[in-house]
Amino acid sequence: MDRQSMRSPLARAIGLGSAKEGVEHWWAERVSAVALVPLTLWFVASIIAHTGSDYVTFVAWLRTPLATILMILLLIALFHHTALGLQVVIEDYVHSGAKFAAAITVRLGCFAVAAAGIVATLRIAFGG
Amino acid sequence: MSNFTVRRPRPLSPNIQIYRPQLTSVLSIVNRITGVILSFCAVVLVIWLIAATTGPHAYADVQGAIASWIGQIMLFGCTFAFFLHLCGGIRHLVWDTCHGFELRWIYASGWTVVAASVMLTVAAWVASLFMAG
Repeated sequence: MDRQSMRSPLARAIGLGSAKEGVEHWWAERVSAVALVPLTLWFVASIIAHTGSDYVTFVAWLRTPLATILMILLLIALFHHTALGLQVVIEDYVHSGAKFAAAITVRLGCFAVAAAGIVATLRIAFGG
Repeated sequence: MSNFTVRRPRPLSPNIQIYRPQLTSVLSIVNRITGVILSFCAVVLVIWLIAATTGPHAYADVQGAIASWIGQIMLFGCTFAFFLHLCGGIRHLVWDTCHGFELRWIYASGWTVVAASVMLTVAAWVASLFMAG
């Protein structure tokens, strides 16, 4: 397990930090960011290409295997990145007891909306 | 433990408002603000997908809302926010490789982010209007 950690051996030995998982948060934010560069550019280019397309054309595009897979990957990376980013914003600006409620709401909300988006994409892909 | 009836006021750092806005600080907070804006855009993306699943009428309703003038203004703002966050994010990823910290490169990359975001936003909308015919 330690071998997969991005924490340096020195930082682990000193053992500072309350949760000792800041590096993992930082690293996950970078990994999702790197994934989002091509995925969001693909999405924006696809939306531009479908300006003025009707419903049938749009659904036909989203049903192609490549579009379905990339859309699902986009949703996963997007909401992972969103959850990580909003968590930091909450930690920085919310200092009342609402901090924990807000952090939990954002985390669970991101999971829920991502799941809804993935299911919607799959329903379009495999729907009748 | 806490025998203090009056809590000692904690020392505060100077309020951010007293500083003259600089490109560095403005782009820093812009990256965060655009991130929050894009969080809402991400939710709209899922609403749009759910509408497409629901059927042609629901999809037409969402498309109609986006096509309205207020929808178009918001979409334009979201496009600009997206490219600012994208370019700012790439700048951050470069910094993560320990490059570009000299002051002149900080400013050069900062203005590059601003210029690239404006150009990409305009290019995206010109391309979109071209596709619309």
